Amino acid sequence: MIPGPFDYHRPASVSDAIKLLADLGDEARPLAGGHSLLPMMKLRLATPAHLVDLHGIAGLKGICRDGDRIVIGAMTTQAELLASAEIGTSLPILHETALLIADPQVRYRGTLGGNVANGDPGNDMPALMLALDAAYRLEGPNGVREVAAREFYQGAYFTALEPGEILTGISIAVPPAGHGYAYEKLKRKVGDYATAAAAVVLTMAGGKVASCTIALTNLHETPLLATDAANAVIGTTLDDAALKAAATAARAIMQPASDARGPAEYRTHVGGIMVMRALQRAASRAS
Amino acid sequence: MPKTHVTMKVNGSEVEGLAEPRTLLVHFLREQAQLTGTHIGCETSHCGACTIDIDGMSVKSCTMLAVQANGSDITTIEGMANADGSLSALQEGFRMMHGLQCGFCTPGMILRAHRLLKENPSPTEAEIRAGISGNICRCTGYQNIVKAIQYAAAKINGVEFQEAAE
Repeated sequence: MIPGPFDYHRPASVSDAIKLLADLGDEARPLAGGHSLLPMMKLRLATPAHLVDLHGIAGLKGICRDGDRIVIGAMTTQAELLASAEIGTSLPILHETALLIADPQVRYRGTLGGNVANGDPGNDMPALMLALDAAYRLEGPNGVREVAAREFYQGAYFTALEPGEILTGISIAVPPAGHGYAYEKLKRKVGDYATAAAAVVLTMAGGKVASCTIALTNLHETPLLATDAANAVIGTTLDDAALKAAATAARAIMQPASDARGPAEYRTHVGGIMVMRALQRAASRAS
Repeated sequence: MPKTHVTMKVNGSEVEGLAEPRTLLVHFLREQAQLTGTHIGCETSHCGACTIDIDGMSVKSCTMLAVQANGSDITTIEGMANADGSLSALQEGFRMMHGLQCGFCTPGMILRAHRLLKENPSPTEAEIRAGISGNICRCTGYQNIVKAIQYAAAKINGVEFQEAAE
């Protein structure tokens, strides 16, 4: 199984990549790790006439601390996230989640930028970006702009990216020391997309939840920020009633597809369970 | 579609050839470099049979373009034996622990285990199982593959592996 024919371009700078994408128009796609796009091209679900490979652009890789934020280049791979001491210390939920993405070989190639920019509702990192209130750096023919992850996702494979724009970096405020976190992902097997998954980032004070964000993966055509669910636990000790209230509020916004991972009713049911488990595990890690 | 001239180092030797942009690396290795030890299994990046080592990474060569490997340094199963032709620790482990039955997954398993042991020379059983979670075997039930990798790790670390194959 091989992709249909296309022209291959390997620009050495972001400005060259943007120019290529602008000149080639709709028929061109940027290529990051390739582990979503190449399989789709083999199946003829994507048939770009031009691929603009971003691997030749050295400046798109790397993890650096900028004051109270972590800035991650879009072409940073999941394996590089896993190997980063900075991520392990400052953003441990990224480490936990990267380990649940695909398998080791795919993680050597798969990139954070590709994962968040593709708009696939099954991708795991977008929900984290909502929970952490990340900002995406988008560069295009009209310059650079920053878009909040919470404003980025419009529908399955539809995002705020304009034609010719590339997501070049992700900026995340470091959560406070002692925060609790968890990414709970139910999947059928290694390498599968989530049947349902929930990301939680919270802080505790005096045995009660002081702050909390919850986001959901693969339970709607976009990742979801579950604001009502988070509000249902703030100020509580995360007792059974609070957990159930969070699950109920989260389920109210889920609209998963019925597919091979199960009927919508089942996925909504387990989605609530993922929320409860993630809340409990996050709280157990908070100090 | 015009072809591109690509050059890469495979098992220490320069390999060059012409590749269409859409030519997958696994096809280039098998058909141009004539190295058919790397297997094509699922072709959908699930099974791991096509796993190779490229610039210090385990990669499924069915999900990478040959043109993307231009200038890279690749190891395939044909490059796994010791310089004197004797079996490497991993190959010996797979032989001694019966880590294969039909053998189709073996090149990918060994190349994946090769990188795993480079990164973690003394993996736990759980780390081995997680490390080969992108490689599917339909014969062995994995028990003896895990033991084969444990055997190799022990040998590399100068320790005798005491367990028998299942």
